[in-house]
Amino acid sequence: MADQGKVDPMHQFEVQKMFDMFHVGGHEVAFTTSAMWMIVAGLLLWVFMIGGMKRQLVPGRWQVAVEGFTGFISSMMNANIGPEGRKYTPYVFSLFMFILMLNVIGLAPLGLFGIHPFTVTSHFTITGFLAILSFAIVLIVGFWRHGLHFFSLFVPHGTPWWLLWLIPVIELVSFMVRPFSLALRLFVAMTAGHVLMKVFASFIIDGLAASPVIGLGVGIPSMALMVGISGLELLVAGIQAYVFALLTSLYLNDAINLH
Amino acid sequence: MPQISQFAENWYAASQIFWVLLTFGFVFFVIGRGMLPKIEATVDARDRKVADDLAAAKAAHAAADALEESYRQQSDASRAAAQKAVSDAKDKAAKDAEKRLAKVDAELADKLAAAEADVSAARKSAMAEIESVAAEAASDLVAKLSGVKVGAADAKSAVKAVLHG
Repeated sequence: MADQGKVDPMHQFEVQKMFDMFHVGGHEVAFTTSAMWMIVAGLLLWVFMIGGMKRQLVPGRWQVAVEGFTGFISSMMNANIGPEGRKYTPYVFSLFMFILMLNVIGLAPLGLFGIHPFTVTSHFTITGFLAILSFAIVLIVGFWRHGLHFFSLFVPHGTPWWLLWLIPVIELVSFMVRPFSLALRLFVAMTAGHVLMKVFASFIIDGLAASPVIGLGVGIPSMALMVGISGLELLVAGIQAYVFALLTSLYLNDAINLH
Repeated sequence: MPQISQFAENWYAASQIFWVLLTFGFVFFVIGRGMLPKIEATVDARDRKVADDLAAAKAAHAAADALEESYRQQSDASRAAAQKAVSDAKDKAAKDAEKRLAKVDAELADKLAAAEADVSAARKSAMAEIESVAAEAASDLVAKLSGVKVGAADAKSAVKAVLHG
């Protein structure tokens, strides 16, 4: 909190240092709340996936749930890239599940149990890292498979010759913007949603602090809105993870199939 | 905005990158590359099994259809054969009966002809006998009435003349 009695909607995004670990190149690496939630997400994901490892011919409920997620990403890769996309399914699946888990954990009502929740994906260091990773994989795969021919990506089919001076420039810019749009979309969506919820929550607290009448008058509609927004945020948590995975698969398709 | 303001702190970016590298590395290598292919293999195996079973069911269905068809053909053929055998037997029986009837007819005709011949022979001999008896009777009558002895040959010719007009 910035001031006592005031709700700072940005405070939730602060990464708290839990303990120091070691130094790398003049930078200190610490164990942080962000690190803790990423580990929790990884472990939860691992536990979830173990439930799908029974490998029965007739699956149980848990196995169906896990196979639903894997099938979702597999079919997406198959639809967007084709049979060659299978090779990249592990990466896109990891990306999707990791982001989804982080988004959902950030929304989990852990405050009820006295735990301070934190949305890892609301930091562009994290989303940026994942976006640059995806972009780097696209570049590596593209140049690995097509060599310098990969640059033909910037000249779409059917470009008239008299536009050849302009189209590649536009295509290059749109290509170079990809990692930024990928990182910023997720970061902004998560940040905005959580700020919105905190703002409405502060309406209730500030209203009640002013007077009971104002508190009820403002608090009840705010609460109703927050319930709706919470549902919406759950949707956004899924959609943003999906969009990140979908765009990664589309970019990979460019690199693999070149148009 | 802490996401930006915390950049000023020495540990922030390094810790974030370090931990996301570590945790996402874990997720990618253990879950993405370790567990996902096995789950996909299970799904693929199931899909293949379902497809195989469906194909086997279809093949069994086709085989059953073919079997039924051949059974039907066989039964048709044997029914036709049975009908042919029955009609052959009927034809043969009818022909046999005809032949036997013809033979019996011929025999009867022969017998009739023989009987007719017998009758006409008998009649002829009877006529001859009547002639001789009549000649005798006529010569006796002539002898008794006139006391003239008529020769047998004369009597015979006279009787013949009377009998045959």
